[in-house]
Amino acid sequence: MLLYVARRLAFGLILALLVTMITYGLLSFSFDSVARTLAGTNASAETIDGIKSQNGFDLPLPVQYFQWLGGIFQGDFGYSLYSGEEVGNAIGVRLTVTLSVVVLALLITVCVSVVLGLLAAARGGVIDRIVQVVIMTGYVFPALLIAIALVYIFAINLRWLPATGYTTITSDPGDWLRSVILPAIVLSIGGIANLTSQIRGAMTDELRKDYVRTLRTRGVPVSSILIKHALRNAAGPALTVLSLEFVAMFGGALIIERVFALPGFGVYSFAAATSGDIPVVLALTVFSVMLVITVNLVTDILNGWLNPKARLV
Amino acid sequence: MSEPLLDVNDIRVAFPGRGFRAKPVEVLHGISLTVNEGETLGIVGESGSGKTTIGRAVLGLVQPTSGRIRFRGRDITDLRGNDRRALARDIQVVFQDPYTSLNPSMTIEEILSEPLVTLGATKHDARARVRSLLDQVGLPSDAAVRRPREFSGGQRQRVAIARALAPGPRLIVCDEPVSALDLSTQARVLDLLISIQRETGVAYLFVTHDLSVVRHISHRVAVVYRGDVVETGSAAAVTTDPEHPYTQRLLLAAPVANPEEQEKRRADRRRLLEIQRQQDEQAGAVV
Amino acid sequence: MSANITAVVDPITPKDAVRESVTRKLLRDPQALIAGSILLVIVVLGVGSPWFASHDPNAASLDAVNAPVGTPGYLLGGDQSGRDILSRLLLSIPTSLFTAVIGVSVAVIIGVTFGLIGGYSRKTVQTSTEWVFSLIQTFPGLLLLIVLVPLTGGDYRITMAIFGVLLAPGLYRIVRNQVLSVKNELYVDAARVSGVPDSRILGRHILFVVRSPIIIAAAFLAGACIGIQAGLAFLGLGSTLVPSFGAMISDAFANFYTDPLQLVWPSALLGLLTASLVLLGNSLRDALEGARPKSGSASSRGTTRQAPQNTAPSVALLDVRDLAIAYPGPDGKPREVVSYVSFTVGAGETVGLVGESGSGKTQTAFSVLGVLPREAIVTRGSIQLGGLELLDLSEKDKRAVRGRRIAYIPQEPMSNLDPSFTIGQQLVEGIRCAVPGLSRREARATMMGLLERVGITDPDRVFSSYPHQISGGMAQRVLIAGAVATRPEVLIADEPTTALDVTVQAEILDLIRELQAEMGMAVLLVTHNFGVVADICSRIVVMQSGRVVEEGDVRDVFASPTDPYTQDLLSSILDEGTVRLDPPRTPEPVEAQK
Repeated sequence: MLLYVARRLAFGLILALLVTMITYGLLSFSFDSVARTLAGTNASAETIDGIKSQNGFDLPLPVQYFQWLGGIFQGDFGYSLYSGEEVGNAIGVRLTVTLSVVVLALLITVCVSVVLGLLAAARGGVIDRIVQVVIMTGYVFPALLIAIALVYIFAINLRWLPATGYTTITSDPGDWLRSVILPAIVLSIGGIANLTSQIRGAMTDELRKDYVRTLRTRGVPVSSILIKHALRNAAGPALTVLSLEFVAMFGGALIIERVFALPGFGVYSFAAATSGDIPVVLALTVFSVMLVITVNLVTDILNGWLNPKARLV
Repeated sequence: MSEPLLDVNDIRVAFPGRGFRAKPVEVLHGISLTVNEGETLGIVGESGSGKTTIGRAVLGLVQPTSGRIRFRGRDITDLRGNDRRALARDIQVVFQDPYTSLNPSMTIEEILSEPLVTLGATKHDARARVRSLLDQVGLPSDAAVRRPREFSGGQRQRVAIARALAPGPRLIVCDEPVSALDLSTQARVLDLLISIQRETGVAYLFVTHDLSVVRHISHRVAVVYRGDVVETGSAAAVTTDPEHPYTQRLLLAAPVANPEEQEKRRADRRRLLEIQRQQDEQAGAVV
Repeated sequence: MSANITAVVDPITPKDAVRESVTRKLLRDPQALIAGSILLVIVVLGVGSPWFASHDPNAASLDAVNAPVGTPGYLLGGDQSGRDILSRLLLSIPTSLFTAVIGVSVAVIIGVTFGLIGGYSRKTVQTSTEWVFSLIQTFPGLLLLIVLVPLTGGDYRITMAIFGVLLAPGLYRIVRNQVLSVKNELYVDAARVSGVPDSRILGRHILFVVRSPIIIAAAFLAGACIGIQAGLAFLGLGSTLVPSFGAMISDAFANFYTDPLQLVWPSALLGLLTASLVLLGNSLRDALEGARPKSGSASSRGTTRQAPQNTAPSVALLDVRDLAIAYPGPDGKPREVVSYVSFTVGAGETVGLVGESGSGKTQTAFSVLGVLPREAIVTRGSIQLGGLELLDLSEKDKRAVRGRRIAYIPQEPMSNLDPSFTIGQQLVEGIRCAVPGLSRREARATMMGLLERVGITDPDRVFSSYPHQISGGMAQRVLIAGAVATRPEVLIADEPTTALDVTVQAEILDLIRELQAEMGMAVLLVTHNFGVVADICSRIVVMQSGRVVEEGDVRDVFASPTDPYTQDLLSSILDEGTVRLDPPRTPEPVEAQK
C-alpha cells in the first residue's frame, strides 16, 4: 500500500512539473505584449527592452523557468507587476474564499448523490424515475442561469440571503454560511447530476452481481449488503467522477463568483490575465495544478484502500 | 513417412506478469507435437495447463518466446503482417464461446463472406459460396440475412464452423468448440465436425478438457499438464489405458453416467490415488 | 457438396423483438422529437440571422436605450447601450453554434484518434498516450482558458479550440475503454485469423461498437461547450463586438434593477439551446444503447398466489408442490418459466435436479432460497421446509431461514466472493449473521476449523487472502465451508463443479458426500452433468422447459428412462467405449475457389 502511495505521489509531482513547464512556455509568447503594456502606449523600444530585462524576460526560456521554479520552492512567488503586492499572500486569501465554496459544494454533492443514487438503485420503480428526472434537470440547465435565478429568488425577492459579498468563517460562521450557501448550491447541481447518475448506474450493476445473491443466501441483511459491500465496490469509478467534478467546480466557481460578487480566485485571475500580470498568472497556475494533483492523489489513495486490486497499478 | 501437416517443435510461451514490474510467467515449457493430414489431434488438459495457448500460438495470436512451428514444411513461427494473413487460407479456428465469437452487429452473410472477400473473392462468388457453406453445416439458406442473436448456441457454433471452412483450410484449430453447448447439441456438433473431416480431409487440432469428447473425435491424443506434454499416443490407448500418472488421475476423475459403474470408478480412483501417494512418498517428492 | 450432413437441419426460431433501426426509434421518442425540433428551429434562425436581424448588433442608438418590448423597430426592446436586443439575440446564435462545432470537433478528433490508437496498440504506445492524456487532464480547465488570455487575445474560437483539447481526455478514456473491451472479444480474434487487415478490424469491428458512445458524448459535450463559452463571455472574455448570450446576460445582469426583462431573452434562448442538446443526447443514448438497465421494476406483489392441488400435510423435509414462476414478457404480460414443478427431498437424501439450459432448474433452486430477482412472480404452488411454508414468509423471516436452515453453494466460485474483503472477513460476517450472539473470536475459530475440514491445507493464509489471490478450487471450498457452517438442514448446490477442473470436481463431490453423511443434510444438486448425478445422487428429477418430465431412483431412471426427453438426453451422452475408427483420409484436391 505504501509503495502504491509513493508511486502515485511521484507520478503527481512529475505531472505538476510538466504542466507548469508547458504553461510557462505558452505564456512566454505573450511576454512581448505584456512588456509593451507595462511600458505604456508611447514608450520607446529601449524602455520596453529595459522592462523586459528588469523582469528577466530576455533570458533564455529554460533559465527563466528554473529561476522561477527555484523561487517557488523557497515560497517566493514574486510580486505583481501592477500592484507590487506579494503574490503568495494575495492568492492565499482569495483561494480560501473559492475553496470554501467548492468544498461546501462537494460536501453537498456527495451527501445528496449517495442518498439519491442508493435509493434509486435499491428501491427502483417510482423512486428511480424521480431520481432520473432530478438528474436530467441538473444536466439541462447551465450553472450561470441557475445562479442568476437563485439570486433573483432568494436574495432580491425573498431577501433571505445576501446577494453579494463574503464573510470569513472566523468572523461569523452564520454569516459565512449565508454568504456561501447559494453559490455552493449552484455549483453542486451539476455535480449532483453527474455523481448521482454514476452511483445509480454502478450500484445497479453491482446489485446484479453474483456475490450479492450469495450474501443474501447467507442471511446478511439488505442494509449491510448495500452499504458495506455494494457501495464499497461501486465507489471506485464514483471517486474518479468526484475528482473530475472538483476540477469542474473549481472552474465553475470562477464564473459564479462574478454573479455573487465573492472576492475569490476567479475574479483575481481574470484581472491578472487580462492585464498580463505574469507572476500572478504563473502562481495561479501552480496553485491550481497542485490542487488538482492533491485531489487526484487523495482519490487514488482512497481507491487503493477500498479496492485491493487497484493497488496493482 | 510423409511430412506432418503441422510440426510444433519445443515452443515456449511466456505472458507478462500482472501488476507493477512483475516478472513474466512462462505458460508453455517446451511443447512438441505433430498433426498429420486429415487427422484429429486431441489436446487434453485442465485449466492452467496451457492447452488454449498452444492453439493460439499455432494461429499466430500469441508469439512463442522460443521454438519453431512448421506448417507443410514451412517455418511460420515468426510470420507477421501480410505473410501471416496469407496463412488464413490454410489455418482456421473455431472458438469456444458461440456468444462472443460472432460479431453481433453483422449478418450471417457478412460474417461468412468476410474471410472470402479478404482472400480476394468477388462479392458474387462469395454469396454463392455462403449458400453452399450454410448447406454444409446444416443451416437453412435464409439464415444468411439474420443476425447472430436470433440463433441458439449450437446454431451459432455451426456458423462459426462455416466461417472456418470458408477459405478451404487444411487445418482447423478447435478451441473447446462444444464445451459451452448443451448435452444434446454437443453430440450433434461433434458429429458435424467428424462428417466434415471425412468429406474434406481437413485436419483438426482439437483442444478440450473433456476426455469423452476427445475420445469421440480424435485419432491421436496429447495430454498437457502445467505447460508440458506428459503423454502422447493413439486416442484408444491414452484414453483407456494411460501410462502417465496424471492421465490416469484425469481418466478416473471424470464421472461416468452410470451409477454402478461410477461406484466402481470411484473405488478405482481412491485406490489409484493411494498408490500414487505412496509412490510419491517413496520418491521423496511432494504431491 | 452433399446436402444434409447432419440428420436434422436446425429450425430457426426468431427471437421476439425485431430490431428497429435507430432513426425509427428516435422518431418515435417524444423527447427526441421535441428537442430535435427546437434545435432545428434555433439552427435555422442562427444560419439565417444575418438576414433576419434588422439591425447591426453593435449599432447603438440613443432613442433605443432601455426601450421597452414592442417598440417599433425593436421588437424585444433595446439594451442599456441602445442596441436592438432581438438582433443581438439572433446573431448570438451563430456564436454558440460555432462554439459547439469547434469544441466538439477538436475533442472528438483528438479523443477518438488517440483512443483508438491507445486501445489497440502495443503496451509502449498505450503507456505514452496514457501519460499525455493524464497530463492534459491535470490542466486546471477553465483557469487555463482565463490564464491564456494574453495568448489568445480573448478570441472565442481559439479559446474553444483549446477547450476542445481539454475535453479530449474524457472522450479518449471512453473510446479507449471500449476498444480494450472489444479488442479481446473472440470475434476480433476470429477476424485476425481470417486474415482481415488491422485497418478493417479497426473500422468495421471496433469503431462500430465505439460510435454510439461518441455520438452520445458529442451531444452532451456540445451543450457543455456552449455553457462554458457563455460563462466566459459573461466574465467579459473576448471582444465586445462579438454578440453572444454570455455577453448579453452580463449586460442585462448589470442593468438588472433598471429593466429586469432584458435578462429573460438571452437566458431563455441559452437555456433552450443547452436543454435541447442534453435531452437529444439522452434520447440518442436510449436509442443507440437500448434502455438503461432498470433497477428493478415495480413488484407485482398484487397478484395472489394460487394454492397447490395437493394440500395434504408434507412428510418430507423439503416439499415443493405445483410451483410456477413467471416473468413479465416483452409485452408486459407474465410468462411462465417454471410450471407445475413438484418434488421432495428427504433428510439425508441427495436429489439431482437435472436439465439443460432453459429448463428452469436454477429458477426452482432460487425460489427455494427466496432469492429470485425482483421481477419474478411465484404465481402458484408451495415450498415447505419441515412443514413451514417458505413462500408466505416476510423478508425478515426468510432471512432467518436462509443461511441457517437452508444453505447455498453457487456455480462460479470467484464471482460469488466480494472482491474487496478478505476471505476471513466474509466468512466471519456470514456466520455471525446466521448465528446472532456469536463473538468475532468464536466465529473466527469456527471458520478456521471448517476451512481445514474442507481440505484447505493452509487456512491461515487463505483466511487473510483476498479472493483474487486464491484459485477457483480453493474458492469453492471456502464457499462450501461458509455454507455448512451453521449445519443447515438443506444444502442447495447450484452446479457446484461446472466451473472446476475434472480432478478438482471429483474432490469437491467427495467433500459434499462426506459432509452430507456427517451432518445428515438433505442435498438438492442442480446440474446438467449426468456423470455427477450418477456419482452422488440417490434420486433424480429431470426438467424440461419448466416442467418435471421424469423422476425416480437414480438407478432406475438411468437403466430404463420412461420419458422420451430423458431417453434422448441419456443417449446423447458420449459413451465410454466409442473411439474414432476411421483413419485420417488423404485430402481432397484443391478447390476451384482457392
